[in-house]
Amino acid sequence: MTSDHHAQIMVKDLTRIYTTGDVVVKALAGVSITVEKGEFVAIMGSSGSGKSTLMNVLGCLDKPTSGEYWLAGQEVSKLDKNALAEVRNHTLGFVFQSFNLLARTTALENVELPLLYQGVGGKERRERAVHALERVGLGKRMDHVPSQLSGGQQQRVAIARALVGAPKVILADEPTGNLDSRTSMEVMKLFQELGKTGITVALVTHEPDIAEHMSRVIVVKDGLIVEDRRQTPKEAVVPPLKEEAT
Amino acid sequence: MNPLVTIRIAVRAIVRNKMRSFLTVLGIVIGVAAVIAMMAVGAGAKARIEQAFASMGTNLLVILPGSTTSGGMQGGFGSQPTLTWDDLAAIKKQVSTVKSAAPQLRTSSSVIGEGANWTTSVIGTSPEYFEIRAWEMSAGQPLSQSDVDTGTKVIVLGQTVVEKLYGASVNPLGQTVRIRNIPFVVVGVAERKGQSATGQDFDDTVFVPYTVFARKIQGGLGKYLNGTIYASATSADDTHRAQAAITELLRERHRITSGDDDFSIRNLSEVAGAQAQGTETMTSLLASVAAVSLLVGGIGIMNIMLVSVTERTREIGIRMAIGAKPRQILLQFLIEAVTLSLLGGLLGVLLGVGISKWIALKLGWATQIDPNVVALSVAFSAFVGIVFGLYPARKASQLDPIDALRYE
Repeated sequence: MTSDHHAQIMVKDLTRIYTTGDVVVKALAGVSITVEKGEFVAIMGSSGSGKSTLMNVLGCLDKPTSGEYWLAGQEVSKLDKNALAEVRNHTLGFVFQSFNLLARTTALENVELPLLYQGVGGKERRERAVHALERVGLGKRMDHVPSQLSGGQQQRVAIARALVGAPKVILADEPTGNLDSRTSMEVMKLFQELGKTGITVALVTHEPDIAEHMSRVIVVKDGLIVEDRRQTPKEAVVPPLKEEAT
Repeated sequence: MNPLVTIRIAVRAIVRNKMRSFLTVLGIVIGVAAVIAMMAVGAGAKARIEQAFASMGTNLLVILPGSTTSGGMQGGFGSQPTLTWDDLAAIKKQVSTVKSAAPQLRTSSSVIGEGANWTTSVIGTSPEYFEIRAWEMSAGQPLSQSDVDTGTKVIVLGQTVVEKLYGASVNPLGQTVRIRNIPFVVVGVAERKGQSATGQDFDDTVFVPYTVFARKIQGGLGKYLNGTIYASATSADDTHRAQAAITELLRERHRITSGDDDFSIRNLSEVAGAQAQGTETMTSLLASVAAVSLLVGGIGIMNIMLVSVTERTREIGIRMAIGAKPRQILLQFLIEAVTLSLLGGLLGVLLGVGISKWIALKLGWATQIDPNVVALSVAFSAFVGIVFGLYPARKASQLDPIDALRYE
């Protein structure tokens, strides 16, 4: 069974219910969304709204309690741990708020990591990782470890890592949350460039400034989608240089 | 994922924490080193004992005449001649597991050379004796059968006797020595045998044909063989069978039915075996103490791996988010533990070999490094890594990626 149109993400009546003792929390109370290829989605909501749970389920890190989840034509809501790891490895790319690079590991090695788990051989792995780093403008810092890189640079390494496995969907959880406004714009610009190549991007944020660069905004509240609007994304413009070398 | 890549990831993690890794494997290092050094010392001691017994002769059986009771006094073994020359011939001919046999008639006497004399042990025997005792000549010839048959007065000297009579550098072949005023021509010099396990000097002896010995020194070649019989079994495994067969033969020949034998047989390979077993027991005792250290080392590895898993929870979360399967995480930590313990094992081998060499050099003990022991202790340290790495690795692989990513 495959989905009958070009939807990269299609969820239907998705619920996620946590039970701790007698307390039952409905983090997702029945969510349905369809995201087309190349769409650029901002998921917004206050803390506790269920947006993080939604991201975890979309990211195949968590399984829904009920409902369907079609990712790039594959129903993934009932897959086991190993199959989910496979999906995360091949179909998804992650970008986190706190970058989540491996410490004491060079940028190049960090970017090589997803390919390592894909079983890509040494030479090709290196070439693809180098290419991904060049694409995010870090071709000259491949041998630096995270502690030698600025926040913006670290996030770009993380984006390179998300890209390198040729994913269909990139999921970003507050990717600009730890960055200043100028670096945030750099990162958003990078995302917009990716969007033009056909990669679908879903991004959790609570900053309206960031959301306005996206083509679609979904607002989550109490585990339900309360708003879903499409807009013309504002072009991300990096303000003139202060004093930061990249 | 390629196991080579996993190994590289593991090695990288180990190198990243050099000091901690080293302290972690110290237990294994000491354990393996101790096992190897102990076994080397033990094997060396065992080899020395075996060599000492081998120098006495191969598969040697010594048949002693028995005690006889005269007037209520029981004489010790050898106090009365009970073995006959016919017994010797019968043993040679009738016992299939006996390769050869020779008489050993023995007395202590002064041997007089050109300008020196030396009191030594004089043995009257036949050519087979040298074969039985695996004794080569360093110069000249051993006694020959014709010397025995014709009663020629020839003599073979041991190294100590040569040194005492002539000094170390002189070739004594062709010289004449006198024993109880009888002149003997030196025809051979037996090669150096060294000391017995009890410190007796094998080389302080001379050999003459038994016919000459019996007639000239013992006062006549009669029915009785006034000494002992040395026999060699066809192989080490046959010594017991040979011993039984000789016992049976001699009982029959001496018409003994009560079990009160008038002879006794000493099986030297048995004595050697007992001695070797003694050192072996000691060695395995010491080695098992050392093995305990390996166990403790393994627990050390488990401890550090558990700490490492907790410390790297976030890393595990990242790897899982990126697409590492639980099995791959398990493998990574397991390989890390095994690599760590193998590394410790190899360091231990180096240290152990170094210690055995040092013991051999400084203390003068014979040490022998057995490649099997080395292989076994390295394999055991890898096994320790698997056993004690499994639990932490399982723990890591069962982490929930969301919790692991959130872990601070």
